[in-house]
Amino acid sequence: MTDHSYRLPGATGDWELVLGLEVHAQVMSESKLFSGAATAYGAPPNTQVSLVDAAMPGMLPVINAHCVEQAIRTGLGLNAKINTYSRFDRKNYFYPDLPQGYQISQFQYPIVGEGEIECERDDGSIFTVRIERLHLEQDAGKSIHDLDPNATYVDLNRSGVALMEIVSKPDIRSPADAAAYVKTLRSIVRYLGTCGGDMEKGQLRADVNVSVCKPGAYEKFRETGDFKHLGTRCEIKNVNSMRFIVQAIEYEARRQIDIIEDGGTINQETRLFDAGKGVTRSMRSKEEAHDYRYFPDPDLLPLEVPQSRIDEIRADLPELPAEKRKRFVEVLGLTEYDASVLASDKDRADYFETAAKGRDAKLTSNWVNNELFGRLNKEGLDITESPVSAEQLGELVALIESDVISGKIAKDVFEILWDKGGSPAKIVEDRGLKQVTDTGAIEAVIDQLIAENPDQAEQVKEKPKAMGWFVGQVMKAMQGKANPQAVNEILKKKLGV
Amino acid sequence: MSDLLSLSLADVTAKLKAREVSATELAETALQAAEASQPALNAFCAFDRDLTMTMAKASDAKLAKGEGGLLEGAPLAIKDLFAVKGVETTASSNILKGFKPRYESTVTEKMWAEGGVFLAKTAMDEFAMGSSNKTACTGHVVSPWRAEGSNKGLTPGGSSGGSAAAVSADLCFGATGTDTGGSIRQPAAFTGTVGAKGTYGRCSRWGAVAFASSLDHPGPIAKTVKDSAILMQAMAGHDPKESTSLPLDVPDFVAACGRSVKGLKIGVAKEYRVDGMPEEIDALWQQGIDWLKAAGCEIVDVTLPHTKYALPTYYIINPAEASSNLARYDGMRFGQRVEGADLTDTYEKTRGQGFGAEVQRRILMGTYVLSAGYYDAYYLKALKVRRRILEDFENAFEKVDAILTPSTPSAAFALDAQFTDPIQMYLNDVFTVTANIAGIPAMSVPAGLDASGLPLGLQVITKALDEETMFAVGAALEDSAGFTAKPNKWW
Repeated sequence: MTDHSYRLPGATGDWELVLGLEVHAQVMSESKLFSGAATAYGAPPNTQVSLVDAAMPGMLPVINAHCVEQAIRTGLGLNAKINTYSRFDRKNYFYPDLPQGYQISQFQYPIVGEGEIECERDDGSIFTVRIERLHLEQDAGKSIHDLDPNATYVDLNRSGVALMEIVSKPDIRSPADAAAYVKTLRSIVRYLGTCGGDMEKGQLRADVNVSVCKPGAYEKFRETGDFKHLGTRCEIKNVNSMRFIVQAIEYEARRQIDIIEDGGTINQETRLFDAGKGVTRSMRSKEEAHDYRYFPDPDLLPLEVPQSRIDEIRADLPELPAEKRKRFVEVLGLTEYDASVLASDKDRADYFETAAKGRDAKLTSNWVNNELFGRLNKEGLDITESPVSAEQLGELVALIESDVISGKIAKDVFEILWDKGGSPAKIVEDRGLKQVTDTGAIEAVIDQLIAENPDQAEQVKEKPKAMGWFVGQVMKAMQGKANPQAVNEILKKKLGV
Repeated sequence: MSDLLSLSLADVTAKLKAREVSATELAETALQAAEASQPALNAFCAFDRDLTMTMAKASDAKLAKGEGGLLEGAPLAIKDLFAVKGVETTASSNILKGFKPRYESTVTEKMWAEGGVFLAKTAMDEFAMGSSNKTACTGHVVSPWRAEGSNKGLTPGGSSGGSAAAVSADLCFGATGTDTGGSIRQPAAFTGTVGAKGTYGRCSRWGAVAFASSLDHPGPIAKTVKDSAILMQAMAGHDPKESTSLPLDVPDFVAACGRSVKGLKIGVAKEYRVDGMPEEIDALWQQGIDWLKAAGCEIVDVTLPHTKYALPTYYIINPAEASSNLARYDGMRFGQRVEGADLTDTYEKTRGQGFGAEVQRRILMGTYVLSAGYYDAYYLKALKVRRRILEDFENAFEKVDAILTPSTPSAAFALDAQFTDPIQMYLNDVFTVTANIAGIPAMSVPAGLDASGLPLGLQVITKALDEETMFAVGAALEDSAGFTAKPNKWW
């Protein structure tokens, strides 16, 4: 097994990282958490704002049951305990993009309790992250500072949109693992259909808690549960890409190590990641620290969900990436690597499963993972934007499987599909690409070649590898349409290999 | 015509139905009387003559066809806490100056659906915080009542003081109020009117400016118990827009007023006999007991041992919720903004100048009790005591059908009475806050006059969802008391 431990060298020896993430995942829902306003992305400013979202006097929140079910679904996907009783609290603070002057959140009694997920590294290895909780809360609006040098504008479209805050335990030990954790979470919520997971659209945002410690300290913490073994943590707010997560952690860890090694102490604080400069900086000083004055929101009743409803939702859950990966390996016979590449993303998995339906799974997976993904990556396209549909690719695989075309010809057909589209069978038919399996025709070509190249034929007897030249010549003569297996067999026989 | 204004709601709607008077004539008369009263009483803070007359005309059209709802054609006054579409709604606060909602509160919408005619908005203690109506941004409301032989201005009580004054002075046929700690019942008691609130969640809070959400109860102020039942009938009902609204059908409150009280058990709690309570209040209470006994009720001693913690509990929960509810008044989206040097300065100036002293005091208290390190000691403890107070009532209602108490510890005080200590003002709520803490029905019924000829009220409290018994007992008290006193018209 590869060693995944991550250490940073310092003047006083090596340091380790302890990371915990708070991921805000926007609930996939037509309307907001407590109002009927729409949530569609990219609408003109302040066009998706209800009286409740604008906090007009006398307006009251009413819970959107769909969002509650989405949170439960997500909790189940995180293998977490679903709380039949939860409650909404008010988190009080002033900000122009927070019209109520408080955010409705779940502080003391979250809807989802402890859980655990298996995360996957790029090399396919697995690590476990424990989930502390998941709670529902309202998103704030957006302050726009760059429209006017003298004014800040506020767009309330996002105000009141439902978020799930997913809090991990401090189980993550390296920047790459932090990114892998977020990728896994994204994959799970996308599978569940509970969050779009698009970080560019802000559907998934991470707050990263970073602390550093000496080797051995973390193990003591895990044994005792006592945080005194760990360093003081800083929270980096709103990091909105995998790359930034890695950069922010790397910078922040180094900053903390330098402070400690210079004899300083770390202040527990909230920091911002400046992506332009690649640094984190303090967001507010201790004096400005918020006292959120949480208290139960008197406008809302406690949320009580019957166990029977939770069980129904559980029964309805789709297959999740970890299960899917396992099935791809165990039932379909894919390699661990191929299985995990395909299963990690719902769109990829869906594509693969559609293409592989009734076809050779391994062959299909090779085509999806190598030809298709290779080409998509090159063009910078997402699987959902692929010019070659899963149905087309499946048909192509079927043609290879039934020896209608060779793999080599299939690549040509793939290119045609990519550029022009169409039906693979028809392309093969129209362009006469059908593989020649007529042994008589192949034999005739071979006989002629041997007759024309007696020296080469002799050579093959000494050096069987030289047969490759004949294979190439046959293919060339037959415009690549000869069945390679048949060519090989006949050649062996005729050349006496 | 002005005699018409002294009719009860029940009587005037009967006359309207019989077409003895038209809704437009009535509205015109009421508007003139209300406008004429303004320099003296200052009960109203916003009129909308066009709206009033349009609604009255619509009522006439319905009445002409023999149609019409419970309130058809009756001019009604609306506490300034309720949003009335297109009419300035300020909760009597400068911070909401100029705010005209584009929506209608559920309670008023239901009233209009029953044919009620909007007369005017009534002034109140700013954001409903107070018991004197002295903190309205439009200036204090003056009670139509005066002590015998005196022309000293008296408070109509508060916070629904404008509504109480308007009903008491026969300027309308009923009004809405909100009761967070007694804000319907105390002004009703001070003005010789009937004030009632139902079970928490019976009347929707949607579209009413929030003060202390878990304590706020909309309800009517009326001339008679039956009128209050008619009004609550119209105001009540499940509102899907409010999560704490009761998802229940509304019982027939009006019919309940005619129910016999014979055989009902009436509780009397010794904890309501507070130190320093004037003798005449005590005497009135005894009188009420005797009336109900004579009506066939059985009087039972009950104990409500946590009553003494009610005021402190109330004055923790109430400001805590208010401090959060009032955070939205930041001058950004509606109401009045005072520009400052930067954002924080703008917030500070807007809120510093927009909110009056009492509102600021409550925000400070509420912020304090919710602060880190104080939450457990104050807010959490208050919630626990709240539970105990509710249990006190639940235990008592195992034994009795209703509880009878005085409404207030005194009659109306002078407008220039100096409360050096805000606690003194808070003590006005001593008999009324418990029903808000417990969320149970309670009403004040005028029952007599004090030595100087000022009205005093008795309070009837019943268990949750049992407004019907409250109205039945209230009506029995009203019958026995035969209270007919009216303020001498001096305005």
